[in-house]
Amino acid sequence: MPVPLLEMVGITKTFGTVTANDDVSLTLYPGDILGLLGENGAGKTTLMNVLFGVYTSDAGLIRINGQQVRIRSSADALRHGVGMVHQHFHLVPCHTVLENLMVGQKGRGGRLDRKTVLDALSEIKERFGLFVEPHALVSDLTIGEQQRLEIIKALIRGAKVLILDEPTSTLTPQETEGLFEALRAMSSEGMGVIFISHKLQEVRAITNKVVIMRRGKVTATLDDIENVSRHRLAELMCGHEIVPPVKDPVTPGEVLLSFRNVSTGGTARSRLKDVSFELREGEILGIAGVSGNGQRELAEIISGMLSPSSGTMEIKGQEVGRISPRYVQSLGVGRIPEDRMEIGLITALPLKDNMVLPRIHDPRFSRKGILKPRAILDFVTRQMKVFDIRAPGPEVRTGTLSGGNLQKALLARELAWDPLVLLADQPTRGLDVAAAQFVHQKFLELRKSGRAVLLISEDLEELFTLSDRIAVMYEGRINGMMPIEEATVQKVGLLMAGMEAAA
Amino acid sequence: MNEILSQIFQIGFFAALIRIATPLIFGTIGELFTERAGVLNLGIEGIMMLAAMTGFSTTYFTHSLWLGILAAMVTGVLAGLLMGLLTVSLGLSQHVSGIGITLLCSGLSFFFYRLIFGQPSSLPKIKPFEVVPVPLLSKIPIIGPIVFDQFALVYIALIIVPVSAWILYSTPWGLNLRTVGENPRAAFSAGVSVTAYRYQGLAIAGALAGLAGAFLSMAQYDAYTFGVISGRGWVCIALIVFGQWDPWKSAAGAFLFAFIDALQLRLQASGVIHVPYQVFLMMPFVFTIIGMALVSRNARVPAALLKPFRKEER
Repeated sequence: MPVPLLEMVGITKTFGTVTANDDVSLTLYPGDILGLLGENGAGKTTLMNVLFGVYTSDAGLIRINGQQVRIRSSADALRHGVGMVHQHFHLVPCHTVLENLMVGQKGRGGRLDRKTVLDALSEIKERFGLFVEPHALVSDLTIGEQQRLEIIKALIRGAKVLILDEPTSTLTPQETEGLFEALRAMSSEGMGVIFISHKLQEVRAITNKVVIMRRGKVTATLDDIENVSRHRLAELMCGHEIVPPVKDPVTPGEVLLSFRNVSTGGTARSRLKDVSFELREGEILGIAGVSGNGQRELAEIISGMLSPSSGTMEIKGQEVGRISPRYVQSLGVGRIPEDRMEIGLITALPLKDNMVLPRIHDPRFSRKGILKPRAILDFVTRQMKVFDIRAPGPEVRTGTLSGGNLQKALLARELAWDPLVLLADQPTRGLDVAAAQFVHQKFLELRKSGRAVLLISEDLEELFTLSDRIAVMYEGRINGMMPIEEATVQKVGLLMAGMEAAA
Repeated sequence: MNEILSQIFQIGFFAALIRIATPLIFGTIGELFTERAGVLNLGIEGIMMLAAMTGFSTTYFTHSLWLGILAAMVTGVLAGLLMGLLTVSLGLSQHVSGIGITLLCSGLSFFFYRLIFGQPSSLPKIKPFEVVPVPLLSKIPIIGPIVFDQFALVYIALIIVPVSAWILYSTPWGLNLRTVGENPRAAFSAGVSVTAYRYQGLAIAGALAGLAGAFLSMAQYDAYTFGVISGRGWVCIALIVFGQWDPWKSAAGAFLFAFIDALQLRLQASGVIHVPYQVFLMMPFVFTIIGMALVSRNARVPAALLKPFRKEER
């Protein structure tokens, strides 16, 4: 047996009363691509932050090449050959690629040493097929290029162990394949890769061993993941069986929402350009696309926050002349916004206020500008029960709830008014499997009762499970739309990358 | 009209302009270092006041001008480090801490001035810096007497602009500092200590603010008065916005401000325009506001300015 590249033994890390890592161990040999699987909050990221020196563990030790090391800062980690690509990139958008690569370097003769970095850049291109134009501004790069830059950054600093935290969540399927090729090249050179993900398919495709975590503990270490069923992996992750939602056949009815040649102003790449579509009763229309290709603009128009510069939006055959959030809502649009903490809810307010805020003028909740606290409390208590929102009470500060409960609260708020059209923007991002399943179930119920859902998501699996049709957005256009029966990951991926629909 | 213009735009006018710009350049360039690291130092006004006092007092008793300068800079560094304790280590609001530092420092300077000098009937004075003509260069017609017949501190101010631009844009230290001000997490994950760079930025800002204060009480004038700074620290804050956080552009802003200040002084003295003198005094500040309004629409603020950094954030 060769000496392990990396060993983490008995790592424990607590935050106040929460134990994020409880006696966690893992071993990485040269050439390993290790999948670190688990739901949100399972402790994967915490464990890797311990390895990368962002957190200091309360107990446990780390060995690199058989030698025990102390990692107290990212500088320590880098010195020991550990590099990390965070889920949220650590780049400076207004600096060039080269400047981002030179941060932290010693320089030569007191000056920035551009040449060494440029040389290293071309070497990495040679060895792993990874390259980014060094003089481009980071803000001009696509998400995929920014990620490549993060990987190059780690490699230039001499990483022998590369940690990737949810690296594929914002990539097109083709970009993901490119990433995998680079990872295989690293593996064949004897580097180690730790690949954090909750996408089972990808973990099976790229890793040769898997560590599964749940609630801060390792529940399984599997060396032969080829032979472990998807089903079993999911069970190990969640601790219970996952039943895929049942999609009953529904015949679409009349048109509830339609866009006719809608464009928006401005100069951004993501401004909408001549967008048209129809959404019918009993239908879920999935919107795929790499984020920043017009999804936000689309969502903002439907929720009444943005007026198109040309074209019209119709709800149930009626042109929406004046776009305002309250008016659109009164026509029967429910909204699950992309960022539940920023736009969806006011985290500093009590849960009960958030649950009624958009409808505060409704005679049910207020009269002549005076609130009806009794009615509000009744409504909130009932919705909390119906939607199984686990919170100490209606008065609890909203920000203290978990992501799953926040999303349930949003659903409870919007669905209470029986919307004709529900706009759901990234509705399960950051949710654990059980909560995501709950959300999906609600969408399918809406569909069955003859309502319509517009589902904007970066999670292709979610789109393929729920949608009746899939539209792909690219640079503010709908680059292709197809019934789910005709959609393949390959096809959607190409459209996401801006390719023309195959004839 | 022509007569007035030719009366105003003489060599003395431009020499005065450079002198007026000098403390502003010190303050602005210093403040630039801390703001590029992500810390707004609103203590600058008070630091200038206190350093003007400590520098003056030190020279008053030691008769050494350069010891006074050193005292002023040390004062500034200490105040900057105190600002660092509040905003970097403790992560308190930069606005509130900065205003607190200004109140503290101005209070201290009045207090100690009274303690040291009591209430003298005549203003305590020192023998201030004298003009040091640069050999040969000062003999160049027009340019010579304007640029090369100045206080030693003026030359330092003129050199400090290109030097700081070089440091910011061409050295690893400068790149690290700018990264700390844009995305501290990126700097941290590259092994750069955010805390150390922010303290260093504040120390530089303090030292140069101290220099600015000392210039006023020890070169521009020969005495310390309570109105010696009179808002110049705040002007420096504005000049950085005007200069888009760039040393060259901020220095250009300092010269522009100085130009208008020098102009209003001459206009006041010429007595040809009959308006209350306060209107003239107001001019540089009015132009600052107009300039800011024009430029700051597309200001490139360091992204992490005002934001405290905590390593273990969940």
